[in-house]
Amino acid sequence: MNAITYFPGCSLKDSAASFERSTVAVMERLGHPLEELPRWTCCGTVAALATDDLMHLVAAVRNFERAQKIEAEEIVAPCAMCFNTLRQVAMRVNVDVEARDKINAFMNEEEDYEGGVAVRHLLEILRDRVGWDAIEEKVTEPLFDLPVSAYYGCTLVRPSGVGIDDPAAPAVLGDLLEALGATVVKTPFDTECCGSYQVVDRRDLAVDRSLRILRAAITRGAAVIATSCPLCQYNLEEARRGALAEGMLVEATAPVVAYFTELMAAAMGLDEELLPADLRAAVVRSRETTPEGV
Amino acid sequence: MTDEKPTQIFIMGKAYDVPPGVTIMDAMEYAGYRFVRGAGCRSGFCGACGTVYRKEGDYRFEFALACQEMVQDGMHLTQLPFTPAPRAAYELPSLDSSENVLLQYYPEIARCVSCNTCTKACPQDLEVMEYVQAALRGDLAEVAALSFDCIQCGLCAMRCPADIKHYHMAQLARRLLSVSASPVPEHLTERLKAMASGACGEELDELVGLDVDALKERYSAREIEPAAEGAA
Ligand code: FES
Repeated sequence: MNAITYFPGCSLKDSAASFERSTVAVMERLGHPLEELPRWTCCGTVAALATDDLMHLVAAVRNFERAQKIEAEEIVAPCAMCFNTLRQVAMRVNVDVEARDKINAFMNEEEDYEGGVAVRHLLEILRDRVGWDAIEEKVTEPLFDLPVSAYYGCTLVRPSGVGIDDPAAPAVLGDLLEALGATVVKTPFDTECCGSYQVVDRRDLAVDRSLRILRAAITRGAAVIATSCPLCQYNLEEARRGALAEGMLVEATAPVVAYFTELMAAAMGLDEELLPADLRAAVVRSRETTPEGV
Repeated sequence: MTDEKPTQIFIMGKAYDVPPGVTIMDAMEYAGYRFVRGAGCRSGFCGACGTVYRKEGDYRFEFALACQEMVQDGMHLTQLPFTPAPRAAYELPSLDSSENVLLQYYPEIARCVSCNTCTKACPQDLEVMEYVQAALRGDLAEVAALSFDCIQCGLCAMRCPADIKHYHMAQLARRLLSVSASPVPEHLTERLKAMASGACGEELDELVGLDVDALKERYSAREIEPAAEGAA
């Protein structure tokens, strides 16, 4: 089987290293090993799409050119933000020949990018290529009754036409969690924004938004919030840490924030090292309270 | 000059006939320029002689070290021997390399749009943009490896549309790596200790007291490699 060409993005190499470790390990276990795109660069982040100039698309296109060089027809990103940025740029330059020509003329030290590299999120691969049944088969330690909130945020599902599921009522992450044996906790904030980059200069705003997401999950009894974006993860964790320190939340009910791949690693019985201590504790706790035979 | 046809170059817009097959630096001196700054080692190591040129009919800039690159007919050139690019002040031993220190001291690296203009400007042919990308993800070892042959000429920073100070940043990366990952050289530690407690003090004082001619004499008579033991 051909390896999947994998685009890690900067966060997975730095602040979100556990996202990468768990991603690589679960894909290996599922028989779909990942191969890192050679000489990849930063995707440009969604901020690159905020201005109407081609210069900010160069970063993404350079990655497509490098995929083309190794004859990869697609690149797969686990980070929702990288996925969103790369897919939006691909959707533009794969059809907008004029824009592509201009970028190619600028990147005259590389081969011309011909268009045609597809961008997919890891969850799409899990849903459409691996399939929930095959994932269920590899589950050795189901997350019986672990109440998990499937948090999508923005970049997995919006804008429509770019996102990987129904932007108002997405199912993909919930379906995955069910295949792992977890109980999905729905909240009205599943597709609300965490505050994103506002955390840089409007910290209060991001904390406020993230706290609302956390509270909605607490009210509905979630023990874990599953994420797919290092920035969502950061904002939710920071809000959680701050609220715990100020006594606004209590340790016993504040949900653990974890990447969906870490939950997969837990359910597949992969090396415990792949799991952060708080997630491991939450999983153990839920197993202890689950009656025999359930 | 020999009977060989001279090479015509343009220095800051003025035409000069110079001997073919000489370096840009030699050609400039031949044309009457005297280097006070903008030349150092004359061997491609010090990075003092950064030069930009364009060949007639070419839309692109080319970048070179004046002491290394040969003149070509129709070369329009100027030196850019210095780049005003502030270097961050830091206390190396107190830096925590578990954090992304590079981003902290050179936050402009986050403005990189991967345009690769820096790479095109590097007279050492380094993958400059790629080490900036490695810096963004905190990969010190990769930054150090890719920037190892940097001679700090500064042309990358001069060309960068994002105002990144690539070469200073990479220097910090290499320093951090040497502090955190390389073993402390024993002989150096010993030597520094000895010097701190007064070794070589007299010899130094003597040198400081010498006049220029005496210094020159000493310099040319110096022993570069001490003769190996037992050798003739
Ligand atoms: S003079 Fe030192 S590199 Fe050219």
